[in-house]
Amino acid sequence: MCLSVPARIVSVDGEMAEVSVGGAIFRAGLQMVENVRVGDYVLLHAGFAIEKLNEEDALETLRLLKEMDDAMTE
Amino acid sequence: MKYVDEFREKKLIMNLADQIKRSARGEYTFMEVCGGHTAAIHRFGIPSLLPPGIKLISGPGCPVCVTAVDYIDRLIALSFTRGVAVATFGDLMRVPGTVSSLSEAHAGGADVRVVLSAYEALEIAWSHHDLNVVFPAIGFETTAPGTAVTVLKAASEGTENFFVLNAHKVMPPAMEEIIRGGTHIDGFICPGHVSVITGSSAFEFIPRNYSLACVITGFEPTDILSAILMLIRQISDNNPRVEIQYNRAVTAAGNVKAQEFMNEVFEPCDAEWRGLGVINSGGLTLREKFVNFDAGASFNIEVPHHEPDPVCICGEILRGVSRPDQCVLFATACTPVHPVGACMVSDEGACNAFFKYHVHE
Amino acid sequence: MSEKISLSHGGGGRQTHDLIQGVFTKRFGMKDPMTDSAILTVPSAMIAFTTDSYVIDPIFFPGGNIGKLAICGTVNDLAVSGADPKYIAAAFIIEEGFGTSDLEKIASSMADEAEAAGVKIVTGDTKVVEKGQCDGLFITTTGVGILREEYAHISSAIRVRSGDRLIINGSSGNHAVTILAARRNLTFDVPLISDCAALNHMIRKVLDNNDGVHFMRDLTRGGLAAVLNELAAMTGRGITVEEDSVPVDEPVRGLCEILGFDPLAMANEGKVIVVAAPGEADKILNIMRSCPEGKDSSIIGIVTEERPGRVVLNSSTGGTRFLDMPSGIQLPRIC
Repeated sequence: MCLSVPARIVSVDGEMAEVSVGGAIFRAGLQMVENVRVGDYVLLHAGFAIEKLNEEDALETLRLLKEMDDAMTE
Repeated sequence: MKYVDEFREKKLIMNLADQIKRSARGEYTFMEVCGGHTAAIHRFGIPSLLPPGIKLISGPGCPVCVTAVDYIDRLIALSFTRGVAVATFGDLMRVPGTVSSLSEAHAGGADVRVVLSAYEALEIAWSHHDLNVVFPAIGFETTAPGTAVTVLKAASEGTENFFVLNAHKVMPPAMEEIIRGGTHIDGFICPGHVSVITGSSAFEFIPRNYSLACVITGFEPTDILSAILMLIRQISDNNPRVEIQYNRAVTAAGNVKAQEFMNEVFEPCDAEWRGLGVINSGGLTLREKFVNFDAGASFNIEVPHHEPDPVCICGEILRGVSRPDQCVLFATACTPVHPVGACMVSDEGACNAFFKYHVHE
Repeated sequence: MSEKISLSHGGGGRQTHDLIQGVFTKRFGMKDPMTDSAILTVPSAMIAFTTDSYVIDPIFFPGGNIGKLAICGTVNDLAVSGADPKYIAAAFIIEEGFGTSDLEKIASSMADEAEAAGVKIVTGDTKVVEKGQCDGLFITTTGVGILREEYAHISSAIRVRSGDRLIINGSSGNHAVTILAARRNLTFDVPLISDCAALNHMIRKVLDNNDGVHFMRDLTRGGLAAVLNELAAMTGRGITVEEDSVPVDEPVRGLCEILGFDPLAMANEGKVIVVAAPGEADKILNIMRSCPEGKDSSIIGIVTEERPGRVVLNSSTGGTRFLDMPSGIQLPRIC
């Protein structure tokens, strides 16, 4: 129940969206997020999108992890 | 799956584990206060990757576990009330009340349905005018805004047969209670999704008033291990602060829209946390103007007071003072199939996760 | 025949006769006149004998229906004991008002599965109960198979030793997730269907070509986690599983992530665990992979001396934890 998972927006209809979690389609309320478009990723929790996932920040986090990885294997 | 798989890469995980081993100096006790973190830590076998000096303990982060027993009793009583349907998150179904559970009530003919969201419960009310639909509102700041949005929708539609039995709680006062209770903690792994809503600012009081390290982290193994490394560094730098590891979802201010919804519908109140007692400002209550949606006010439900089992040490486990296997009832009278106390009840409870996943040497 | 089954179809008189003739006997290849018992000749050998009831909801689901499930389930119970499935008895409890054409579809499925598996449905029973006294249709199937002496050890696990390898014939959890999705009207953008299938041909091929099989069990309720824990308890040994090696389809992962289920504890209807002697495991794997029901077979773990009675999972992410016996009912009426 505490579970929130990254979900991809598949379609938008006003305040509601259909989102895909690994291929399984769920409905999500968009009242708490702004400017979501098809293809965006949101955090799905208990039937609502509670935040948009920031791709740049995600990539930055992964980049830092990989840098550390490269540094260690040198 | 995007945003999941990349954060579970084995090589990155092993490197982080190695970094932690090399940075750790002495002993550390880090507490997490989120059921999702409890489950993730055990599911990914994180303790097996850490050096022996690092202890991870669970606080009261499982909303199901900290829900008072008489709340469950009241729900069961409601479910047997003529014309009432209880539409609940699946997590509550098997939670034992004093005598029974919602799952047993359903077997006995009560109208109990599982929903994935408060909105789904409202939709049941819209399509069944002959039913009074009650939604058990449990959860922390991650979940309360969703309940709030739903109540506002019900209000704007003039819905008269939708009710909420509210038990929402808020995290920071409980964390403060635990710190002041004297549990030895070197740092907090702060709740990732509560923080999405509240922002990191909600936890600033911890380093400021108590000089404890804090890192807000996500739920993948690389997130959790990064957080542990960051906590160790804060301590060795003697610079306790609130850091956001989970920056792909969390900001300093949080989700302002969600906070506004929450504040419009709810206000803070004192609340009983099962195992911890009453925590000042530890809960949320429906504001007066939404009293029509309050199941507690609309239905007369009397249940006998519940006496906790005197041998059960859930309170100490929720405070992080004792480990699950230090409880006499653990794995004997108290198991996931027959839980006695709060911590064994839910998949996110400390005792439940420990029982199912922890590889004992 | 009328459109819906009524109580008179269960009365034992003309309408019952019409029901049996109209729906079952021709499809199942049964002779007329029907006798009280099927008279069968079996060679003097051991017999494997099994029975199961099917109460699945929904009755029709992506990948099959209750009838297909019943035949495959009983065939598999016999096959994993090392036996050659031969004869099946099928008893039907039908709720008044059940659609006749649905019943015909189910009977046809059963006939098709039986023919493909090489078994005969030789006898059966039908009862009709009042509305509300059963949910649509319940089926009980009982099966008989011939067991050769050389395979008698398989179901008891007496030959299982440390070092034995565990092989699964494909992905975990498809049946349970398909049913869960059907019940909640969830859709998938990549279609997911139940893995319901008869495994006796694949198992026969393995047994005919290799003598390294020490144990087999099919995975139904409780999934992989349940069977591995049962095996650990039966043998008094430990089991270690590599999470990376267990195939799990993407939509199954997605649904399990969001609902908090473990794909390794979800029910299957077309999966078997084969425990193989270490020197024969690769050969057995290749035989399984050469069959359509085993094309995604994978070696997933090993029997050990450590932590007897427990199953340890080396997680995909590098950590180690127990894979415990699933507790409680994850999903009711899954089969």
